Amino acid sequence: MSIDKDTVKHISKLARISLDEKKIDNLSKDLSSIMKFIEKLNKINTDKTNPLTSIINASLKSRKDEVKDGKIRSQILKNSPEKNEEFFVVPKVIE
Amino acid sequence: MAEKKFDYFINGEKGKWEVIIGLEVHAQVLSKSKLFSSSSTKFGAEPNTQVSLVDSAFPGMLPVINQFCVEQSIKTGLGLKAKINLNSVFDRKNYFYADLPQGYQISQYKKPLVGEGEVILDMPYGTKKVGIERLHLEQDAGKSIHDIDPDNSFVDLNRSGVALMEIVSKPDLRSPEEVNFYVKKLRSIMRYLGTCDGNMQEGSLRADVNVSVRKVGDSQFGTRCEIKNVNSIKFMQMAIEYEAKRQVEILESGKKIDQETRLFDVKKNTTRSMRSKEEAHDYRYFPDPDLLPLKLNKDLIDKLKKELPELPDQKKDRFIKDHNLSPYEANILVSEKEISDYYEEMIKECDKKLATNWITVELFAVLNKNNLSISQSPISAKNLSSLVKMITLGKISGKIAKDVFEKMQVSDKDPKQIVEEEGLVQQSDPKELEKIVLEVLSKNQDKVIQYQSGKVKLFGYFVGEVMKVSKGKANPNLVNDILKIKLK
Amino acid sequence: MSNISELSLTKIINGIKKKDFTSEEVTKVFINNSQNSKKLNAYISECFDDALKSAKSFDKKKDYNGLLSGVPIAVKDLFCTKDVKTTAGSKILHNFIPTYESTVTSNLWSKGAFLLGKLNCDEFAMGSSNETSFFGNVVNPYGKQLVPGGSSGGSASALAAELTPATIGTDTGGSIRQPASFTGIVGLKPTYGRCSRWGIAAFASSLDQAGPMTKNVEDCALLLQAMSGYDPKDSTSVDAKVENYSSKLTENVKGLKIGIPNEYRVDNMPTEIDNLWKQGIDYLKDAGAIIKNISLPHTVYALPAYYIVAPAEASSNLARYDGVKYGHRAKGKNLIEMYENTRSEGFGDEVKRRILIGTYVLSSGYYDAYYLKAQKVRQLIKNDFDKVFSDVDAILTPSTPSSAFKIGDKTDDPVSMYLNDIFTVPVNLSGLPAISVPAGYDENNLPLGLQIIGKAFDEQTILNLSLAIEKRANFKKNFKVWWS
Ligand SMILES: [Mg+2]
Ligand SMILES: [Zn+2]
Repeated sequence: MSIDKDTVKHISKLARISLDEKKIDNLSKDLSSIMKFIEKLNKINTDKTNPLTSIINASLKSRKDEVKDGKIRSQILKNSPEKNEEFFVVPKVIE
Repeated sequence: MAEKKFDYFINGEKGKWEVIIGLEVHAQVLSKSKLFSSSSTKFGAEPNTQVSLVDSAFPGMLPVINQFCVEQSIKTGLGLKAKINLNSVFDRKNYFYADLPQGYQISQYKKPLVGEGEVILDMPYGTKKVGIERLHLEQDAGKSIHDIDPDNSFVDLNRSGVALMEIVSKPDLRSPEEVNFYVKKLRSIMRYLGTCDGNMQEGSLRADVNVSVRKVGDSQFGTRCEIKNVNSIKFMQMAIEYEAKRQVEILESGKKIDQETRLFDVKKNTTRSMRSKEEAHDYRYFPDPDLLPLKLNKDLIDKLKKELPELPDQKKDRFIKDHNLSPYEANILVSEKEISDYYEEMIKECDKKLATNWITVELFAVLNKNNLSISQSPISAKNLSSLVKMITLGKISGKIAKDVFEKMQVSDKDPKQIVEEEGLVQQSDPKELEKIVLEVLSKNQDKVIQYQSGKVKLFGYFVGEVMKVSKGKANPNLVNDILKIKLK
Repeated sequence: MSNISELSLTKIINGIKKKDFTSEEVTKVFINNSQNSKKLNAYISECFDDALKSAKSFDKKKDYNGLLSGVPIAVKDLFCTKDVKTTAGSKILHNFIPTYESTVTSNLWSKGAFLLGKLNCDEFAMGSSNETSFFGNVVNPYGKQLVPGGSSGGSASALAAELTPATIGTDTGGSIRQPASFTGIVGLKPTYGRCSRWGIAAFASSLDQAGPMTKNVEDCALLLQAMSGYDPKDSTSVDAKVENYSSKLTENVKGLKIGIPNEYRVDNMPTEIDNLWKQGIDYLKDAGAIIKNISLPHTVYALPAYYIVAPAEASSNLARYDGVKYGHRAKGKNLIEMYENTRSEGFGDEVKRRILIGTYVLSSGYYDAYYLKAQKVRQLIKNDFDKVFSDVDAILTPSTPSSAFKIGDKTDDPVSMYLNDIFTVPVNLSGLPAISVPAGYDENNLPLGLQIIGKAFDEQTILNLSLAIEKRANFKKNFKVWWS
């Protein structure tokens, strides 16, 4: 399946990556060749195969309901590009 | 009492419309720590103080599941008489939002923890079953605050990662009233189970409301709209009413409904389209590769089943059958766990019927007036039961009891003590009472003659006078008996 | 003591323990080598001052109980290191300073090692040549024009060039084994779940595994032992006993059954690779192993399946890089624009390609055709391995279909770059352990590695077989230091 420019635009929107026309053009070519390579899978019949759910043969480990974390606001905010003493700050969200 | 009939329809210009409602209730799991991290879930903390590196999605952070949250959800599933799936899977729901630090929400999509179940509603027009489609576990998001700064939003991740149970109903609800009953019943079940505190002010219970309309008699559902994240029953009801009318108008004008996500505007009482969310409506669900499938042992489910407390429906049946209460009374008593607890505490000591009356009439009046819940009641169950017991034993009259009850509201004292202190013990000595009766009759010779010549209504007057003289302490039954004899 | 850096990790540790030299002396040698290695571009962050401090304090305390007593180790910059910048080779994390330490690196430090620096890698480990790093490509010590392989290219190059006595990398589709093969070192990808993923910037969660990269097999056993172990913070790490790989290490592989998979004889494989493989078979026969021809029929589907699963997981794993909590942030009128610009500026081309492929294969209407299909194929590939492992103890293949290629050679054609991982990817898809051990040279005197694939959690057997090959191949590095 080839990935046309509109598809590139659509998925880049979903992935929140802005692209200029030239990039869209290049990506359309690259992604199409990658998808062509991937299409090889169509040769194999998997109707009777179950998808792999986990590669390790173990059950999900769980933890106890204990409060052992948090109260590290300065650590949490330390790397933020924009913040104040209490919050992460982001450009206005429009709903 | 004549049974009411269901009568919620939208009367459009071109006919009668039925409203179809399905609810996705998000109920916060009652737990100390979050679903996939060990930070606290406590309400009302300083912003970003209950946030771990996992909750804020730092590079390389991984989720580890809280076993208690799983068990809480299983219990809730059992309370909804639902099928518990021994094999469930956590998926990622991918979308970008400021309060979603990972860029995805861990939820359950194809294989939820809990399958189909049901909730029974006691509507004024009879019993109604509402089907449960599923219950799954997922993470809550953080919170963006938009109104502090004109150009920026502030992000608080305290709620990020808190465990939610999403309880999805079938589209079985047909009116705002049924929604009211349904949410209250769900809340009550979870509070009985101790799996969700149901505190709607604190956001522990919110719902996405799916609304569609169809002409009465049609068998196919119309296109629905989803009203997101409504956080009070009243708002749910208002949103449904508005939305149903909006849809009817559109359809009657020959247009079509767009399937979309809408927002309830609290100020305007309307719903409006939520375009921004719509745009990114491809969630790209896939199994979370950081988590293995959740496989449950049947023994665990059996164990939880055994530990299940008596739930409102069972309790109601028992109250009707064993306590001789009417379905109406039983329903009120079981509607909240705290009420039934109060009642059951009372009836250790006193009469069941009287306890019911005192709770549902006198106590509720006091609570309503002061806007209190029963757990905040100024009068303890123990003291109220001892008051009721005094009535039954004839120690005080109903009237005195009411005075004592007044006094109990101020200080939750043992009513026996109040009665003693105020000398309110009922006069039940027939000799004493006879004295008072004779005194009253001799003072009212004229009325006695009127009575005896046929004006029997005066009987009440004599009783009243006796009570007045006795300062309300006379045993009214005895007074009646004595009067009848003396007036012959 | 200028030859300290030529010693193996094991010898250095023993030397420190025997007081032949101090930790400080060792550290100074590697710092010196590193400082003279700018042309290799192996480092993203240097921690030389702190390393020297750690060495000095080690020498004062002289605690020789740790498995890695007193050695400086530089690690791939995908491991989060407390208070030390961690970039994952990406602009989007160019300024990120973790407040936490990855489990695997803290395992090293708790055993007496300390951090020498953070090594260059492909951006978010997406690449097979270390050319996708925001911090520039890494050069292979075997030649100025040569890539070191990737994504753990900085690690491979640094180790081969003796800038660090050992290192660790991560392997999602061959990112340890392929650069190991390209630079003539030993690299092992452990069984999925053997090492904790906590604190490692994720590429593809179901495939990522950290592993040792060392000069020889003995070091590899030691480092694997030091870094492995169950971690309750990683739900996919496995609570299996960590063996004492070093003490159990033996070249006695007599009677072990070794499978030679027919499907790994790919078209256009250079004769040298084929010859090397034959040579490897002979070495193992010589060591008393029994060679068996086997079939892994779904091998050909491994790469296409990988290029669905890995990008799909990556597209989701990399959604957290949005300019809000850490890292690069671009300007934007509103939140969405800020996201889009941040991610556009912050990610390089290969990362963008993979995020978009991953977004595409998961998007509505395509999930079943791609992602689900790939997971089914993955099951078939795993079944292939399960089946042959009922019959053989390990599998021998070449590590790569070629030796190191020239910088820029494959950057225009993503698919040709992907084909580099053709022998390594099936192992990641199946969660199995595999090692690349240097075994010879091609006609241009470039190193070539052999890959040994083992049963799940049977790292010991592949280490032993590697040792048997190492003893016989007698591989010696054959480059001159040209970069200092
Ligand atoms: Mg929903
Ligand atoms: Zn939900």
